[in-house]
Amino acid sequence: MKVLHCRGKHYRDVNALVEEWWKGGCRHIVLEEVCGHRYLGRALEGEGRIDIKGIPGDDLGMFLNGPSLWVFGNAQDGVGNTMNQGKIVVQGDARDILGLSMRGGKIWVRGNVGYRVGIHMKSYEDEHPVIVIGGETGDFLGEYMAGGFIVVLGLWTPKGKSPVGHFVASGMHGGKIFIRGAVAPSQVGAGIGLDIPTEEEFRELEKYLEEFATDLAIPLPLFGRQDFIKIFPRTTRPYGRLYAY
Amino acid sequence: MERLWRVPSGCAVFGILNQDGRRISGETVMRAMAVMHERSNGLGGGFAAYGIYPECSELYAFHVLYDDPHRRPDLEAYLKERFVIEKAEIIPTRKTRAIPAHPLFIRYFLWLRGTEGNEEDEVVRVVMDINAHFPGAYVISSGKNMGIFKGVGYPEDIGELFRLDEYEGYCWIAHGRFPTNTAGWWGGAHPFGLLSFSVVHNGEISSYGINRRYLQNFGYRCTLQTDTEVIAYLVDLLVRRHGVPVEWLGAILAAPFWEQIDAMEEPKKSLYRALRITYGGALLNGPFSIIVGFPGGMFGLVDRIKLRPMVAAWKREVFYLASEEAAVREVEPSPERVVELRAGEVVVGRVGEKVIHGQKLALSRV
Repeated sequence: MKVLHCRGKHYRDVNALVEEWWKGGCRHIVLEEVCGHRYLGRALEGEGRIDIKGIPGDDLGMFLNGPSLWVFGNAQDGVGNTMNQGKIVVQGDARDILGLSMRGGKIWVRGNVGYRVGIHMKSYEDEHPVIVIGGETGDFLGEYMAGGFIVVLGLWTPKGKSPVGHFVASGMHGGKIFIRGAVAPSQVGAGIGLDIPTEEEFRELEKYLEEFATDLAIPLPLFGRQDFIKIFPRTTRPYGRLYAY
Repeated sequence: MERLWRVPSGCAVFGILNQDGRRISGETVMRAMAVMHERSNGLGGGFAAYGIYPECSELYAFHVLYDDPHRRPDLEAYLKERFVIEKAEIIPTRKTRAIPAHPLFIRYFLWLRGTEGNEEDEVVRVVMDINAHFPGAYVISSGKNMGIFKGVGYPEDIGELFRLDEYEGYCWIAHGRFPTNTAGWWGGAHPFGLLSFSVVHNGEISSYGINRRYLQNFGYRCTLQTDTEVIAYLVDLLVRRHGVPVEWLGAILAAPFWEQIDAMEEPKKSLYRALRITYGGALLNGPFSIIVGFPGGMFGLVDRIKLRPMVAAWKREVFYLASEEAAVREVEPSPERVVELRAGEVVVGRVGEKVIHGQKLALSRV
C-alpha cells in the first residue's frame, strides 16, 4: 500500500504518480487530503483499489477500466465519465452527470445525486453498467439512456414523495431504471413505460442491492418486488417523429 | 495548427457571506478560487467585496476603468457637474509577474449634487451615460461601501494585483472566466455591477437579445459586450425599482415551464402565471449559474434545467456558494451542510438573518 498526500499538488502530478505506481504493480493506493483534484483514477487498467480521502474533483474515474475507487465523503460532477469496468463507491453525495456515457462497471452512491445521472449510459454484449443510488436524484435521470441498469432507493424519502425529479428517462431507448417509491407518469419522458419488475429482474436487482449494502455497510430494509417501479423504453426511437410530422 | 486537444472547462464562481457581519480579507476568497483554477483560462477574473469602505459608507464609490487614460479630464469634468468628488485616487495595485500591464483604475467617492427624482435612478443614468458616451472609460462599480475589482488574468492573480488581501469585507463574490462567445477584455470580466448589486455568472445567456431590448425600455444600455451585463440590470430593475423580493427572482429569471405552472394549485398557479406574463422579457434562457451580491446579502440561482453546477454550504454563521464543493472545503474543511442547488431555486443568505436552507424556500420554487 502506498499513500500520497495531495495537498498543494496539481492533479496532473497526482495522476501521473498514481499511474506510475499502478503500472509498477502497487494495487492499493491511498490518496489523502484530496481537494478538487480532477480525473483521479483516469483510465487505469486491471484489478486494485484506490482510497480517496477528501473531496475528489470533476470526472472521478474517467475511462476507468478495472480498479475500484472508494470515496469517503462527497464527490463532484461527472463521476465515472465513460468508465468501462471497475467500481466506484461514494460514501456521501455526488453531483451532476454521474455515469455519463458509462459503458460497464458499477457505481454506488450512499446519499443523493444531482441532475442527468446516467445520461447516455449504454451496454453491449457482456458490458452492463449498473448505478445504485441510496438517496434521491435531480431531474433528467437516465436521459438518452441506451443500456444498463439504474436503481434509486430513496432510503430517506418520506412515503408518498418521489425520490426522482422531472423529465425522468427523456429520450431513453434502452436499459432499465428501477425506482423504489412513487413515480407519476407526468414525471417521465415520451415513449416510456412504467411497470413492476419481473421475477427475473428483481433477482438481478437483489444481487446488486446486496453488494451495495455490503460495500457501504448500510443495513437495507427487506424489499419486495412490489416496492419498485420499473421504467423502460417502449420504443428504440422515442423522438423518431419529432421533426417529421 | 489544428488543435487536437481541448481544454475542458467552464467558469468558476464563489461567494462567501458572514451573516454576523464579520469582515474577512480577500485572501480567503483568492485561496478558494485557486482551487478551481482549471475552470478559468486566464482571460478574466474578478471580485466584488461588500463592507470594504466603512469610512465612506454613505458615498457612492465609483471604480472607473480607463482603457484610455486621456479620457480622465473629460470624465472628471462630467462627474463634477453632477457630483461632489470627495476623494479621487488610483486604485492601488501591486507589481506581479502574472499580470505585467493593466489599464488605469481610479476610484471616486461621490456625493450627488441633488436631483429632482430618485437619487439612485440618477446614478444609474449617469453610469449608463458614461459607459455609452465616453469610449475608453467604463464605470465598473457604482455602489456604496462596496467595490468591484476585475481584469484579464486568473482570479488569484487579479486578487494579487489589486492587493485584495488588504481589504476586509463581510461578503465577497468572485469569478474566474473562460470566455466562449465574447472577447476577454478588462471591462468584460465579471463581476458586473450596478449600484450595490453585483453578479458573477457561469454559462451563457441565449436570450441576451430579448433581455437587452426589454431593458432598453427602462433606460438600461448594454455596453460591455458580455451577456452577464443584462443580469445585473435585471436584478436592479426587479429588486430595486419594482420591489420584487429576491426569493422570487427564481420565478422570473428562471421561471418554471408552462406545463409545470399548469400543474400547480391555486393561488400559486395564478401568481406564477402573472409573473411569467408580466416579466416574459426578463426570462433568462440558456445555461447559467449565478451569484448575486446585494447590500447585506447574496443569493445563488441556477437555470431552469440546471445546466451549470453550484453548491451551497453552511458553517455556523457563514454561508458559501461555489461551482465546486472543493472550493468551499479549501477554506472550510467541515461545513455543517452542503447541498446542490436545484433548477430555478434561489438560495439566499442575509446579514443578521437566520440561515435559509434550500428546502425551506417553497416561496421561490416548488
